[in-house]
Amino acid sequence: MIREAMEMPPKGGFSFDLCKRNDMLVKKGLKEPSFLKTGTTIVGLIFKDGVILGADTRATEGPIVADKNCEKIHYMAPNIYCCGAGTAADTEAVTGTHNFCSLSRCNQHVPFYFICLFSANFILQWLFLDMVSSQLKLHRYHTGRESRVVTALSLLKSHLFSYQGYVSAALVLGGVDVTGPHLHTIYPHGSTDTLPFATMGSGSLAAMAVFESKYREGLTRDEGVKLVSEAICSGIFNDLGSGSNVDICVITQGEKEYLRNHMLPNPRTYISEKGYSFSKKTEVLRTKITPLREMVEVIEGGDAMEE
Amino acid sequence: MTKQQANWSPYDNNGGTCVAIAGTDYCVIAADTRMSSGYNILTRDYSKIIQLVDTSVLASSGFQADVRALQKVLAAKHLQYQYQHNKQMSCPAMAQLLSNTLYYKRFFPYYAFNVLGGLDREGKGCVFTYDAVGSYERVGYSSQGSGSTLITPFLDNQLKSPGPLLLPARDAVTPLSESEAIDLVKTCFASATERDIYTGDKLEILILNASGTRVEYMELRKD
Repeated sequence: MIREAMEMPPKGGFSFDLCKRNDMLVKKGLKEPSFLKTGTTIVGLIFKDGVILGADTRATEGPIVADKNCEKIHYMAPNIYCCGAGTAADTEAVTGTHNFCSLSRCNQHVPFYFICLFSANFILQWLFLDMVSSQLKLHRYHTGRESRVVTALSLLKSHLFSYQGYVSAALVLGGVDVTGPHLHTIYPHGSTDTLPFATMGSGSLAAMAVFESKYREGLTRDEGVKLVSEAICSGIFNDLGSGSNVDICVITQGEKEYLRNHMLPNPRTYISEKGYSFSKKTEVLRTKITPLREMVEVIEGGDAMEE
Repeated sequence: MTKQQANWSPYDNNGGTCVAIAGTDYCVIAADTRMSSGYNILTRDYSKIIQLVDTSVLASSGFQADVRALQKVLAAKHLQYQYQHNKQMSCPAMAQLLSNTLYYKRFFPYYAFNVLGGLDREGKGCVFTYDAVGSYERVGYSSQGSGSTLITPFLDNQLKSPGPLLLPARDAVTPLSESEAIDLVKTCFASATERDIYTGDKLEILILNASGTRVEYMELRKD
């Protein structure tokens, strides 16, 4: 049976050379980082005039909150925004510089050996949303038209599918174009759904419970924002992976409103009046200065350089 | 032939954090009231603290089923002691009893991270800190549970002696008053709640002193 498998032609695409080594490490007792439903609540819904996206603002590294106020609603095009769960939720790396501590945002304590695997994954992730946003811009220049949501959808899903689920992005994509308002969910393996309301992340069940109870077609803008806020709050208070504040993005024909920190339902509960002092505890015992190089003084008025 | 791994664990971690601080004539024991399992909250209003004797209070985080069983065993043992010796157990005696009880189950431990606080026979505050199998030590303050890694460095900074390299060795900073200790505990928990997902909801504080036991509550972040 083993001989038969060896005789089959290589399948092409991904190389799994490290799998045997990873198995060996797991047998030796190393805990493999598993890709759980990631600590986030993201939602989207379609209302009368367009789309509303919502997200919480907590980024976790295992049981610790790494960022109390991160941005999970990313820009794709002027009329299209995308919420990301998992490493995709690390906006700071998507828009700015990325650093090593943001690697484990998808909620795992990553041992050093896996960081190489992870960093490849994470760099792909970071480049990914930025890349699709840039591709859309080039497409706009090429066609001379406003981007359509289905275009962004196809670009995202084909990229994710080609990485066979290794790019850990669970997205809620929403926008309004000439064909109307659209809302889609995209899973790490590349499958998509088109829905009137959607939730993703570890708080998705809590948020979906609110949507299933209260959603109806033809909501007004204020009703929609209120419902999205309720759904995100449900995720924030009932899911430990989600927390802090509510971010909202309202997209309508020709207009978008990014309501950063629309709700702040979690203020700090206690601040001591007297405050705390942190006196310098490490005393200098000895100072020794060793010059490494002699100071050379340059005096002006030397010989002029020869031609 | 690889060894078959268990696909079921008898333990679960219900999260939570406990802190205790001992003073010259008082003891402050505090714990949050959140009970969780995985990413879910089971209840926001569960007390991890039990008063075993007038002068001994036990706070435990970890697996609450084991904690509850441990509390029952200790209460029963204390009752027997009272019948046999015609007096209440002192805090150091209770500390030793707890250590022995935990070690009896050395090979199937109680998944409980304990902090025992109280007043000794002289009326001074005492705090005993434990690991899961009964190793214990009398200390001036302690923290156990999911938020302990966040709280202990702060308490070390505020309560411990400055720089170990200093000679002559200086003792801890000015001894805390009862209200200062309570303020410190509230700050610890408010801060731990910000960064630890398993700590939050409500804080329960028990203060033991010569005039008896007092309870205080404080709201914490619920997210």
